[in-house]
Amino acid sequence: MSAPALEVRGLQVLVGETEAVRGVDFTLEQGARTGLIGESGSGKTLTALAVMDLLPDGLVARGEIWYRGRDLLRLSERERSRLRGDRLTMVFQEPLSALDPLMRVGDQVAEPLRLHRRLSRTEARARARELLERVQLPDPVERLRAYPHQLSGGQRQRVMIAMAVACSPDILIADEPTTALDVTVQAEILALLERLVREEGTTLLLITHDLAIVSQVCDQVLVMYGGRIVEAGPTAEVFSHPRHPYTLALLEAIPPIDQQLPNGRLTQIPGAVPGLGEFPSGCPFRTRCLRETSCCSTMPEMAGTSHPVACWHPLS
Amino acid sequence: MSSSPLFEVRGVTKRYRLPRTSVFARRREIVAVSRVDLDLNDSDSLGLVGDSGAGKSTLLRLLLGLEPPDEGSIRYQGEWRRREVQIVFQDPTRALDPRMTVAEIVLEPLRVLRLREPMSTRLSELLDAVGLPRAAADRYPHEFSGGQRQRIAIARALAPRPRVLLADEPVSALDVSVRAQILNLLHDLRDLYGLALVLVSHDLSVVRHLCDRIAVMHRGEVVEQQQTQSLFTAPTHPYTVRLLEAIPRLRWRPSPRPSE
Repeated sequence: MSAPALEVRGLQVLVGETEAVRGVDFTLEQGARTGLIGESGSGKTLTALAVMDLLPDGLVARGEIWYRGRDLLRLSERERSRLRGDRLTMVFQEPLSALDPLMRVGDQVAEPLRLHRRLSRTEARARARELLERVQLPDPVERLRAYPHQLSGGQRQRVMIAMAVACSPDILIADEPTTALDVTVQAEILALLERLVREEGTTLLLITHDLAIVSQVCDQVLVMYGGRIVEAGPTAEVFSHPRHPYTLALLEAIPPIDQQLPNGRLTQIPGAVPGLGEFPSGCPFRTRCLRETSCCSTMPEMAGTSHPVACWHPLS
Repeated sequence: MSSSPLFEVRGVTKRYRLPRTSVFARRREIVAVSRVDLDLNDSDSLGLVGDSGAGKSTLLRLLLGLEPPDEGSIRYQGEWRRREVQIVFQDPTRALDPRMTVAEIVLEPLRVLRLREPMSTRLSELLDAVGLPRAAADRYPHEFSGGQRQRIAIARALAPRPRVLLADEPVSALDVSVRAQILNLLHDLRDLYGLALVLVSHDLSVVRHLCDRIAVMHRGEVVEQQQTQSLFTAPTHPYTVRLLEAIPRLRWRPSPRPSE
């Protein structure tokens, strides 16, 4: 296997004094499809925004993000914006707010090509049309002239994906790309995304709270809770033999679709996800965990090689 | 089982007029619910599924009596629909008045409907039933997490002792780790009070978990209605088939372990 596509070391995201992402390490292998699972407040979106250099004003990223021998956090603003939209791209949850409402769809898809590839207006338009065909937007020629509000949610997400793959990126980050869509449309968009990254060998980081989607699309998975990665490994392995009590609890809390539960009750996780800065010291899950002991007030390190876990009392 | 159902919905259609797009254009209409027939008996649990815009929430509004249908009829065979049919919404934050205490929120239906109940006893009963501490009574909604706010909303819905509970995407706005708590609560309350439940959700696993019968809606129409089990094993309408195929399934699950 070649060098990893991205290596993140000790990444922190600070919101004022509070650490929202609390020292995260992970590696995206070349061409791998990695799922980043977490609930709201786990820090998964901030991690992605830090990689993209799109953190909102006032939020600071610390640590190291290695891409092709360079630490992204040490690059100049100019160098980073050259990579963004070209080598590293992102698809957001809500395409209506991510697209420019006053710009025709064709011009938006052409923009990264004009900016990063210096294509002429005509060349970029022709390429935009091909891209809209590739993402299977119906009537691509007509749609080039349309504005985002004239498209359905699923169509807008296709446009976002066309923009994201326009320059054949090395890494594509998709943040809850189908959460706002209907189930039937969701399936089409996921299939499209998977096909495109497979064809191009793009490295995919898929952020979602939906474990079923991760199990369908991703070969690797990272589980985040309270600003930390608490478990990582091959999806099949992590889902069939979870080692962190949180991962197990999440999997058991999902109602199975193909069978009825014998007593009709789901295994529930006590308590709620704490707010920012309200997580306990040490292991962030310990106050909701059935295996908590006194040593859990010290944060366990991620331990293990192929399927590491950050827990003092991992499941066997 | 009584001979006639609690709710009898026959040929119900509801249209909405869209806002004018130009001063010269005629206002267009959309048909939100079209020729729907449904029956609901005491202790029934019915799931409504379908894409957004399929008419699920409009149908709930009609059942609740917030609006009359344009065509067809909705007959409620209970005694007092306004008391006996209650609803829980998707987003508990927006459904609760931030300036009212939990006690005021939960007891409001009793006051509005002028029901004579010993208020403090009833309040304690309701807080117990939804698993909130009694000390919650004097606090305000913003002091609670999303899951607890949904418990407050459920307590309010239960206050007038309903026979039918309508729930519109009750867990969609909640964290995954909290959803199971609310689903278990709805499950227990349904059994405890013998409530009839009408549950709207885009998540078929949620509907499957809580409902005995499922109605599939598509473009305002109920295209298929079946017992839950047979809907999953033998769907008949092409849209249902498409919907079932589109659900992302968890490919691996941990095998059940002996409890520790």
